[in-house]
Amino acid sequence: MQNINDIISTLDMIDHQHLDVRTITMGISLLDCCDEDIHKVADKIYDKITKKAEKLVETGEQIEKEFGIPIVNKRISVTPISIIGSACRETNYAPLAVALDKAAKQCGVNFIGGFSALVHKGFTNGDLNLIHSIPEALASTDEVCSSVCVASTKAGINMDAVALMGKIIKQTADMTAKDGGFGCAKLVVFANAVEDNPFMAGAFHGVGEPECVINVGVSGPGVVHHALKSCKGQPFDVVAETIKKTAFKITRMGQLVAREASSRLGVPFGIVDLSLAPTPAKGDSVARILEEMGLEVCGTHGTTAALALLNDAVKKGGVMASNHVGGLSGAFIPVSEDEGMIAAAKTGALHLDKLEAMTCVCSVGLDMIAVPGDTPASTLSAIIADEAAIGVVNTKTTAVRIIPAVGKKVGDMLEFGGLLGSAPIMPVHEFSSEAFVARGGRIPAPMHSLKN
Amino acid sequence: MKAIVTVTGKDTTGIIAKVCTLLADNSVNILDISQTVMQQYFTMTMLIDLSTGKKNVTELGEELEALGKTMGLVIRTQREDIFDLMYRV
Repeated sequence: MQNINDIISTLDMIDHQHLDVRTITMGISLLDCCDEDIHKVADKIYDKITKKAEKLVETGEQIEKEFGIPIVNKRISVTPISIIGSACRETNYAPLAVALDKAAKQCGVNFIGGFSALVHKGFTNGDLNLIHSIPEALASTDEVCSSVCVASTKAGINMDAVALMGKIIKQTADMTAKDGGFGCAKLVVFANAVEDNPFMAGAFHGVGEPECVINVGVSGPGVVHHALKSCKGQPFDVVAETIKKTAFKITRMGQLVAREASSRLGVPFGIVDLSLAPTPAKGDSVARILEEMGLEVCGTHGTTAALALLNDAVKKGGVMASNHVGGLSGAFIPVSEDEGMIAAAKTGALHLDKLEAMTCVCSVGLDMIAVPGDTPASTLSAIIADEAAIGVVNTKTTAVRIIPAVGKKVGDMLEFGGLLGSAPIMPVHEFSSEAFVARGGRIPAPMHSLKN
Repeated sequence: MKAIVTVTGKDTTGIIAKVCTLLADNSVNILDISQTVMQQYFTMTMLIDLSTGKKNVTELGEELEALGKTMGLVIRTQREDIFDLMYRV
């Protein structure tokens, strides 16, 4: 039989260290839903999603019960709607977002991703229509998530898209101002977006993906933190090894859930995303892991190095535990969703510039950051440009999910509640980037030879 | 299908007897039992075989959980695969 200590240790991880599978995400292709009439497209989208994902939530709950593993979210990602909408005569795609929202609610999932456009090299008409529909789409739906990819290592940075997204984020914040700019929490601007990401708000079902697929995102910052408590004062070799072993266990669980969900739903298994996704709950924080390594507060000198080690060790441990790894895989650093990050930002130890440096070595980017409501659109665009440059040059995914908190200033708090948590309003540089952003055009793709 | 039943809580008389009776009533075979008592805290794990049983793992798990509550214990039933995968390469 199993070692009794191993069994107790697993139960302890679930009960006291927030071990869970963060999401089962079903990717669904909507390519066959195109039509000239947007209302027909909306109907087709609703029908297809509710048919494909009919049993998603029920199956997730069955697996939870049988294995005793909490599966926090069941979600859906779809083909970027800019592609599906291209055939429509209508130019406002918000009705398609409403159809997605209705389908998501019918299926019982809590988020649906894919109100998206990929414009890293340029816009199609459909892309422009979609981007201009984002504020209305996010303001008139509850569960729809949107993402726009504005840059890639192969194509460079589409600065026209960067400039536009600054304005779209502002508009979205204004249109959802009564909910604290909640729309912006559902909007991600990517560089090097991935097609199989199961995490929101950036999930979409890429065109290279099959008809339908199951992707699973694991989590477990609490478990890693707990494991590191046992190696206080030890050298980093021991720290890295401990994280690897823990990541292996967490990922095995995700792999098991993915395999079961895939076979029960009769849908191919895509990938397991090896991510440490924090929540605002105490004991489920990535920042606290970095602090456990010896930093007084997350954000002080040494934070980037600590995060680099963590990110790498999570991947190394996880990669052997699953037969297909993908998505974003690494440590997430969403400020509002991480109890330790919130605390660090409140004390002033963690600021935007340090977070930007951290995104060079973590899995995504500037995530769930609240800035003053009067931040100009050009400053938001410039923040996006910086982040995209990091992604493009380092051949990694980066993203910006930033919330200009309408009517709030530095030092105030923005409350979302639930998994999205709360964020202290962080200062941005006062100096203008207006003329820089106004240039438009495309920043050329970086050289990837002559690496010396 | 095999499952692991974990019983935790304050030690008292008759815990094993009651759990085993419920399993026997459901024609579930017990393959192995391991138990420890640490500072009056009782922990028992059982490996059971459900292939001869009348109920599936979820139904049996719910009955055991309810039984546990009557004795002030936490009883959990989980498919064995999870532990196999987490601790073996």
